Amino acid sequence: MTNSHPTAADGPQPPHEPPAPADPAQPPHEPPAAADGAQPPQGPPAPDTDSRTGGAGGNPNPAEGRVPTTHPHPTTHGLHTHLVVTRPTFHLDITLTAAPGEVVALLGPNGAGKTTALRALAGLTPLTAGHLRLDGTELDRTPPESRPVGVVFQDYLLFPHLTALDNVAFGPRCHGATKAEARTQAAAWLDRMGLAEHAGVKPRRLSGGQAQRVALARALATRPRLLLLDEPLAALDARTRLDVRSQLRRHLAEFEAVAVLVTHDPLDAMVLADRLIVIEHGKVVQEGTPADIARRPRTDYIAHLVGLNLYRGRAEGHMVKLDTGPAITTTEDLAGDVFVAFPPSAVTLFRDRPTGASARNLWRCEVSGLETHGDQIRADLTGELPLAADLTTVAAAELDLHPGAPVWATVKATQTHAYPA
Amino acid sequence: MTKADASGAAAGTLTGGPRRRRVRAAVPLPLLLPGAVALVFLLLPLVALLVRAPWSSLPSLLTSTEVWQALQLSLVCATAATAVSLVLGVPLAWLLARTEFPGRGFVRALVTLPLVLPPVVGGVALLLALGRNGVVGQWLDAWFGITLPFTTAGVVVAESFVAMPFLVISVEGTLRAADPRYEEAATTLGASRFTAFRRVTLPLIAPGIAAGSVLAWARALGEFGATITFAGNFPGRTQTMPLAVYLALQNDPDAAIALSLVLLTVSIAVLAALRDRWMTAS
Repeated sequence: MTNSHPTAADGPQPPHEPPAPADPAQPPHEPPAAADGAQPPQGPPAPDTDSRTGGAGGNPNPAEGRVPTTHPHPTTHGLHTHLVVTRPTFHLDITLTAAPGEVVALLGPNGAGKTTALRALAGLTPLTAGHLRLDGTELDRTPPESRPVGVVFQDYLLFPHLTALDNVAFGPRCHGATKAEARTQAAAWLDRMGLAEHAGVKPRRLSGGQAQRVALARALATRPRLLLLDEPLAALDARTRLDVRSQLRRHLAEFEAVAVLVTHDPLDAMVLADRLIVIEHGKVVQEGTPADIARRPRTDYIAHLVGLNLYRGRAEGHMVKLDTGPAITTTEDLAGDVFVAFPPSAVTLFRDRPTGASARNLWRCEVSGLETHGDQIRADLTGELPLAADLTTVAAAELDLHPGAPVWATVKATQTHAYPA
Repeated sequence: MTKADASGAAAGTLTGGPRRRRVRAAVPLPLLLPGAVALVFLLLPLVALLVRAPWSSLPSLLTSTEVWQALQLSLVCATAATAVSLVLGVPLAWLLARTEFPGRGFVRALVTLPLVLPPVVGGVALLLALGRNGVVGQWLDAWFGITLPFTTAGVVVAESFVAMPFLVISVEGTLRAADPRYEEAATTLGASRFTAFRRVTLPLIAPGIAAGSVLAWARALGEFGATITFAGNFPGRTQTMPLAVYLALQNDPDAAIALSLVLLTVSIAVLAALRDRWMTAS
């Protein structure tokens, strides 16, 4: 919780509110205990005043001018939730915490429950059990319209009958701003997103990247304490995706509250998020920084995503005996249940049993599939040890690889990486 | 062989262009003959109406006070009935499309019942409910001094009863086809469910509401059975166009034809207004 700053009081403490910028976007009917009331007051969205640019920094914003007062539970800042949603065919049960300023990605295959988790956070799907606390306020039973939560939907769901400006102004309007105020705020948000000249355009005239930014502006315009993004880049073609991803990264870095994004694309998750939570079958299977998860995957799904061969076994010193039979020699000296991972590029293939090589990490396999992978060929092997191997096109031709061909595969111990399971 | 066949072939060569040689599978006679008869059967009465229309005396017929009165009353009552249907029917359509409650299917069946109910039966039922001695009507009379039967308001009630289901069904269908996630998006932006309906859903389903309104209005304009049963046939007060047509046919057939032509024109206009919605299948 390096990002947690003691400025946002978690209880209703109106006496300590600074007199300065009254936020017209505040809902007048908001219950006093709601998290919005504890939000650092901010002026209209001027790009340079209300956010700490530069991303990872979690310094308290001096503009907030809030004197730290009563903090019975300083750890309640940010998001603390245990989401349980039970359906006849599906069960989601995940615990999720995030500090203000942190970007968390829920990564997982289709049907893992990522979107259900997001809908539960937004209040669109009711929780079967568990709890949801945001900046110290219980939100389990709060209807979606009263939650300080902003959502960027997968296909954006921009209201087709409203201009980009009125789409962004919709939230402030619902929070009690007058039409003129709401439009002024919306114009500032669009300006910040570099869309000032598209303010009067209906959504269908916007490009994918522009629509994505309007959707982000619309979600941010309500000044949420929790920003949810559902597959924010999935609707874009590969070319715009690169651009939009870096822009989104910048905007998320400027966002001062919790952001949770859902994606099945590991690259999006690793570029955009500070921390990844990998979900499979409605459960958290791994959690950590992108680098950590890329280096030490714990399930086949993640290993496949980050392009590693992954095995589970029991280590005795430098030898890991796999559950499936064969053994792998590693450089790490470990004991007990471990994972062993190595990249496909570390594998060397031979047509005949290599005579000079040591017998360590040598397995007899059979080619089950071949596919081009950039300028490389990725060979899927079955046999003693199922693995993926990368080799050059020339090498593949020399080896005369074809499905069904017998090969010998070796991996140097120094190329493997073992870590406790 | 038949006239329809000949004209169809002619149309084919006209629209198909010289280079388009269509290989036409033979149309089976058991389908072609009844189909042609049906077409003639549907068109013949309308043709007869046009053939026998007193074109020369038409202007004077249509400007007579009686016709003018009936036309005015019809337009006012049909529009009022459409307004009633909109105010009450759109919320009902929303409830049917967007909420879950026990017996919803049954309620929807009840809503569509007036669509298939003989209008006269509807009129009788309205009398029993809202008549001076009706189940509710007696209280309306006793407490508020309101009598609906045989008044202009009664005409509006009768027409609303018959027309509202058209609007409800049309709007409900549009609502079901509309993406409910727009409403969800609106609620995440802080809109209450009603605000989401008013500012997002309503504009999105506006075309469906317009189509339903036109349909309901046309149905109300042509309403005969329920109106004459519940509201009677008093010129200037409850005598709408269809009633006037029926009455005029007894003593002044030319006036009846003239009035019918007006209603036919309105029907064609309605069809034209809705062509995008229902004529695109062809």
